[in-house]
Amino acid sequence: MRWLWIDRIVDLAAGERLRAIKHVSLAEEHLFVTPAGVPVMPASLIIEGMAQTAGLLVGHAGGFREKVLLAKIQRATLDREATPGCTLMYEATLTRMDPQGASCNGTVHLRADDEFVPIGTVDLLFTHLDHARSDEVFGNTNFVFGESFRTLLRLSGIEPPEATA
Amino acid sequence: MERDEIFQKVRDVLVESLALDEDEVRPDAKLTTDLGAESIDFLDIKFQLEQVFGFKIEDGELFPDNVAQDTEYVSEGRLTEKGLAALRERLPHADFSDLESDPKVTKVPEIFTVDAIVKFCENKLAAQSG
Repeated sequence: MRWLWIDRIVDLAAGERLRAIKHVSLAEEHLFVTPAGVPVMPASLIIEGMAQTAGLLVGHAGGFREKVLLAKIQRATLDREATPGCTLMYEATLTRMDPQGASCNGTVHLRADDEFVPIGTVDLLFTHLDHARSDEVFGNTNFVFGESFRTLLRLSGIEPPEATA
Repeated sequence: MERDEIFQKVRDVLVESLALDEDEVRPDAKLTTDLGAESIDFLDIKFQLEQVFGFKIEDGELFPDNVAQDTEYVSEGRLTEKGLAALRERLPHADFSDLESDPKVTKVPEIFTVDAIVKFCENKLAAQSG
C-alpha cells in the first residue's frame, strides 16, 4: 500500500497554490464506522491528505531540493464527514517560505452531489531538514519525495524531481 | 504604532501559536520555560510576526542561528565571553540577565521573553518608518 492520500493533482500555481483530489471509496480499509453505522474517512487521514498537498507545494517551490517535513498543525477544523462516493479536494496556499521552512493555509472541500463545498481548514507549518546534518544521516537521498510522490506528480502532468541514489 | 498596540499584536500571535490564554502572556514571561514554546514554535512565531507587522525578519535576526553550535562561542556546554558578546550584539532585544550569571547553552532559549519580542518589533517598526 502506498501512504498517499491524494489521487491526483488538479491544479498547480508554482509557489502559490496547489489543489489535489482524493476519491473516497467503500473498498478502502481505513474507513471507520460511526456509532450511527456510517462508514467515514477518518479526520486524521484527511489532515494527512492536506499535509501531503501542502508539502508538495512547498517541495515544488524549492525545486524538490529540500527535505520538507511537517512540523506543526497550527489549526484544523472539519465540519462534515467524508463518506464513500464523495470526492475531497485539498487546496493549499503558500503563505510564508524561507530557508528554514514554510507555512501554508489549507482548505478542504467536499463534493457530495455536483459541486465542491468547503468543509474545513487545516493550517500547517513545515520545516526544511538541515542540509549538513541530514546529509550526514541520509546521504543525498531525498526520502520525503520518493517514488510514490514521483508517480503522483508524473500522473498529474508535473515534472517530478530526479530520483537520487 | 504605540507600544501597547505592539504588545497586543504580539500577545495575539503568541496566544495563537502556543495555544495560550491571553492572561498567560505577561511581559516578563519566558517563551520556553513559562509559555511552553518548543524550537519549531520559534519559526511559527517568526512567520506570524512577519504577517501581522508586514516586515521581513532575516535568519538569526530575532532568534539566534548556530551561535550555540560554534566552537569558538561554546566551551563544555557553556557560552564563552566571546559567545555571550556575539549573542548580545546580534540580539539586542533579548534579556541576558539570567544567562550572564549561568551561561549554559541550554539556557539560551530563556533569553526570549514576551517583552524581548515586543522590543524587537518596536525597533523593526521604528527602523522601517525611519
